[in-house]
Amino acid sequence: MKIIFLLLGLMPVLAQAANAEKMAKPDISVCENCHGKDVAGKDDFPRLAGMGASYLSKQLQDFRSGKRANQIMQPIAKSISDSDIRKFSEYFSGLPVPAPQPTTADAALLNQGESLAVNGDWTHGIPACFQCHGAKGQGIAPDFPSIVGQPANYVSNQIANWKSGTRSNDPVGLMKSVSDRLSDDQIKAVSVYLTNGGVK
Amino acid sequence: MKIAFLLLLAASSVFAAEEKTFTPPSEREIPNNDFGNVIKLGKSIFTDTQHYAKKFAGNGLNCVNCHLDSGRKANSSPLWGAYVRYPAYRAKTRQVNTFEERLQGCFMFSLNGTPPPLGSPEMTALVSYAYWMSTGVPVGTKPKGAGYPELPKPALAPDFSRGKEVYAANCQVCHGTNGEGKMDGDKFAFPPLWGNESFNWGAGMHRINTAAAFIKANMPLSKGDSLSDQEAWDVAQFVMSHDRPIDPRAKGGVAAAKKEYHDENCRYGDTVDGKILGE
Repeated sequence: MKIIFLLLGLMPVLAQAANAEKMAKPDISVCENCHGKDVAGKDDFPRLAGMGASYLSKQLQDFRSGKRANQIMQPIAKSISDSDIRKFSEYFSGLPVPAPQPTTADAALLNQGESLAVNGDWTHGIPACFQCHGAKGQGIAPDFPSIVGQPANYVSNQIANWKSGTRSNDPVGLMKSVSDRLSDDQIKAVSVYLTNGGVK
Repeated sequence: MKIAFLLLLAASSVFAAEEKTFTPPSEREIPNNDFGNVIKLGKSIFTDTQHYAKKFAGNGLNCVNCHLDSGRKANSSPLWGAYVRYPAYRAKTRQVNTFEERLQGCFMFSLNGTPPPLGSPEMTALVSYAYWMSTGVPVGTKPKGAGYPELPKPALAPDFSRGKEVYAANCQVCHGTNGEGKMDGDKFAFPPLWGNESFNWGAGMHRINTAAAFIKANMPLSKGDSLSDQEAWDVAQFVMSHDRPIDPRAKGGVAAAKKEYHDENCRYGDTVDGKILGE
């Protein structure tokens, strides 16, 4: 009896695993609801397409363990298996990063953002974004994610979360340290610049 | 009269306490002419040595790895703190060196390469960049923020094992498990700290006191002054106990070079894991 019960309990997991084997392309429609078409990012929701697989896996694991707090993602991450986490992360990482679009944002704001991304602001102890996130902000696996082409709101929100301590799953507290030093104006400028991927 | 003098003393000591480090001219102030173009080339060489002075660099490093913010940052051995202090007698070479000769030393040791000749476009550009950045700093002074701020000797002797833990917790994410650094395409995004692509045994940074001072003031990037003095010494001991390219001055072997060029602040010639460092 006990064994049957155990087997029954395992069945959905087994079915999922079998599905994972079969599916070349997982069903991402639920993800697209928030993260936009082809999970390219939308408003407050980050681009997942083209992000490093190990970074995405870590975020999902952190949502699940509560190390990264988020009301929407925590229950989702808890409801999926380790193999799902791997599968989705790998699939997303293989999707193309959408080409940046020309922007109508204020030129002075973009220049300020570019200066922060490329040179930093060392008078306030702020290194260049691209020093750790790659020369074009494309990310350096596994720990430094791609930051270009992310929605401006998402970037601003994350910096605010690091500042306030709501997000704290960054390695060595590096983003906390940087976020604490960024002024509101700088956060705005760098978010707008990064969103646009450096295209003026 | 006495009171006035005392007040004056008090005022001057307050001033000293609040003494700011020098702010070099902003990049926008680089003149828009032939001289400016050479200054700009100097900056490019400094920040991307691998591209702009590749033939003189024998490892994977760039000047900016040890001199943060394009050589501008105080307490990270800024160019404006060095330019105004040459020519100078150096114990290292036992003679008076010009600033150009000092830069040649960087290429020989820190970049494990070949010194750019005097008058070469690379040397002229680097000196022009340093000269421009030092605009307004009195010649012959040691401005606040020059070099790396010396760290007091630690309470406990620097220790490899404790340093290894500090490294794993603070450094490894960028510099890798084996100090190998991390690549961004075909260039290092995070510099290698030991091994073939790092600085050689003749570079100042291999000295544990120098490395501890640099680390304490500047590492992890954006978190300078976050490690304790003891942690900085320990992690310097750990990093500088690994092998790196040979000291080019060691013509007569490691033992002789240790006696001639190395003191108690380094591990050159010590045996670690059955291997003599520096051989």
